[in-house]
Amino acid sequence: MNSLILSTATRILMPAILILSVFVLLRGHNEPGGGFVGGLLAATAFALKEKAEGLAAARRALRFQPMSVAAFGLGCALVAGIWGGLLYGHFLQGVWPFLTTGPDGAKGGLPLGSIFLFDLGVYLVVFGTLCGILFALEEAVASDADTGGD
Amino acid sequence: MLLFWPVAIPFMTAVLTMLAWRSLRLQRAISVTGGVLLLASAIAIMAAVAENGPVAAQAGGWPAPFGITMVADWLSAVMVLITGIMAVATLVYGLADVTAAEERQGHHPLTHGMLAGICGAFLTGDIFNMYVWFEVMLMSSFVLLALGGEKKQMMGALQYVALNLISSIVFLSALGLLYGLVGSLNMADVAVRLPQAQNDGLVAAICSLLALAFGIKAAVFPVYVWLPSSYHTPPTIVSALFAGLLTKVGVYALIRSQVLFFDVSTPWMRLILLAVGILTMVFGVMGAVAQGGFRRVLSFHIVSQIGYMILGLAWMTPMALAATVFYVLHHILVKTNLFFIAGIARRHCHTEELSRMGGLYARYPGLALLFLIPAMSLAGLPPLSGFWAKLFILKAGVDLESWWPVVAALVVGFFTLFSMLKLWNEAFWKSPPEELPDKPDPAIGRQRWRVIPVVMLAGGTVAFGVFAGPVLDFSLEAAKELLNPQIYVDAVLGDRS
Amino acid sequence: MEILLALLIGILTAAGAYLIMSGRTLPYLFGLIMISNAANLVIFTAGRLTFGRPPLVPPGEDSVSGVANALPQALILTAIVIGFGLLVFALALAFRSYYVLRTIEMDDMRAAEPVEGGK
Repeated sequence: MNSLILSTATRILMPAILILSVFVLLRGHNEPGGGFVGGLLAATAFALKEKAEGLAAARRALRFQPMSVAAFGLGCALVAGIWGGLLYGHFLQGVWPFLTTGPDGAKGGLPLGSIFLFDLGVYLVVFGTLCGILFALEEAVASDADTGGD
Repeated sequence: MLLFWPVAIPFMTAVLTMLAWRSLRLQRAISVTGGVLLLASAIAIMAAVAENGPVAAQAGGWPAPFGITMVADWLSAVMVLITGIMAVATLVYGLADVTAAEERQGHHPLTHGMLAGICGAFLTGDIFNMYVWFEVMLMSSFVLLALGGEKKQMMGALQYVALNLISSIVFLSALGLLYGLVGSLNMADVAVRLPQAQNDGLVAAICSLLALAFGIKAAVFPVYVWLPSSYHTPPTIVSALFAGLLTKVGVYALIRSQVLFFDVSTPWMRLILLAVGILTMVFGVMGAVAQGGFRRVLSFHIVSQIGYMILGLAWMTPMALAATVFYVLHHILVKTNLFFIAGIARRHCHTEELSRMGGLYARYPGLALLFLIPAMSLAGLPPLSGFWAKLFILKAGVDLESWWPVVAALVVGFFTLFSMLKLWNEAFWKSPPEELPDKPDPAIGRQRWRVIPVVMLAGGTVAFGVFAGPVLDFSLEAAKELLNPQIYVDAVLGDRS
Repeated sequence: MEILLALLIGILTAAGAYLIMSGRTLPYLFGLIMISNAANLVIFTAGRLTFGRPPLVPPGEDSVSGVANALPQALILTAIVIGFGLLVFALALAFRSYYVLRTIEMDDMRAAEPVEGGK
């Protein structure tokens, strides 16, 4: 598809959607949002890129194989699970390395830990898998068009 | 944490093999290492269960029934153990058998994804979680089955997908009703609450829906057709793994759900199971006798053997359940091995059609001997494992004076022997047809990696027969535990029950 | 409301079963989609229906009562995601098999079966 309007708009929209997806991922910690939705949004950004500038450009923009991204995400989620398991004996138990409890019992520090790592894993799995499916389908359609649909 | 390793290790292996997609050598190394680690974790679980009785673990530390529970009692532990053994055997065999093209398409990650699903289904203590593991397993197996995209494979995969998707949906509907009735999906909690539910009609509906869903997975009559249409189509290693483990997950789920949830309330279900068991045996063996392809014969025998296991479940005495457990273990060992040998024979003869095979005994007497061990064990000749497995099933039946199934089992045993002799005669004994080339398939690869697992499993079959006594004692222990759900409930819920 | 949903589940299942028995791959999959939606509705209905009360704790309160049950919704979400994945794969498979065989009639798809009368 060669549309000047679409490709110009994509240049602005893609970073905006990607930033929004990260925002949704981070917001998901305590409020509606999270890795799943964030991953979907990020995949949308690449779908837009693919529609506007073609498959090759989208692949170049992603840099990694989509399935490698998904595998890395699955790895993140697993590490998050095993981390809590090794530390406290319960698989998937939350670990908060930056959280501190003051002498008066007040909670402080940075609420960042294995839960976020798990969410990041979900984000990457959803994002990678969807991009993988999208690219594969687009490739199949393209190769069908080349061979006259047979 | 111990109970999560059999799931975490295959997943981690899948991730690493996916990340190492550039180097096939690295992928193979990771893959086999993952299999060995899986076996090690299974042994550790077995040891823990032997020491302390059933153990439970809660994901995230949330107490049951609120969190997701993993439970290992004798049955789960031994199923995971045999999965580990089969994983190692198959992965080693795969070193010689998997082509580089299949590896590039993701053979290793998919295999380990499937192993994770199988182990998860065996260990989980939450029935919705079991659904999820089933789907993990199915998803990987779909893709493994269709990988390569041969015409034949695609047709097989379509049939497999079509029926297994229905099974998933039936399972899901049953879960919906179950949750509506008792308000819990933790299996131990359900076992406590279901007998108090004052709604026999709904309980019966849930019971039959679950039996149908697991029956499709286990390939029982009349919903077995997907199995013989698909298991002979993929590469040897894939069909060997499927043949050994996938249907047994269905059998395991059937045993677990029937015994834990419905053991007293539904005598009619046992009658149905009895009829299903007999018909599965008979139809499976009849199909096998009529077939002309090596792996197709073996596929029909899977169906037929599932019938014996269902018989044991239908009788539901300690002896019968022990015989079923014994039978499952024996069958996984033997059937995987037979598929391995079918793969080797196919490489030598360039075909799987029995009419165009032959002369393997003259050229490879060692291979012929290795075939005879699992084949005669499957047919039930003493002193191999299959003889004891069948004997225990028959003994359970005779104790109950349940004569029809006993007669059927004997007749089916005879036909199994007949069909194994047919395989022997056609592929190994008769002189080869003239067009058969002397040289084996050039794609045969490193033969020793194929032979090692075959010898290992054949040795296992013999040992299983020789040490049938201790294994039976163990199976009886597992059966006693199954028949007393309170043990399971106590392990999961602790004081709260 | 329950009766309405029960009727809907029945209609979806009936229509799905009808399509499944058509003997063609594509209608078969459409039938499966309908029945799987019916199964999701079963879970939803079995988890008790509430009207207009989302499962959220209002600010300043410690507990809630009488709101919608969140668990069936979580179960359905899981089932939808899984079912979506499986159906995408099944559709891709049906699509490929159409390209290879040029038919969606299941009776014509006998490549995995032995040839009648031997070969």
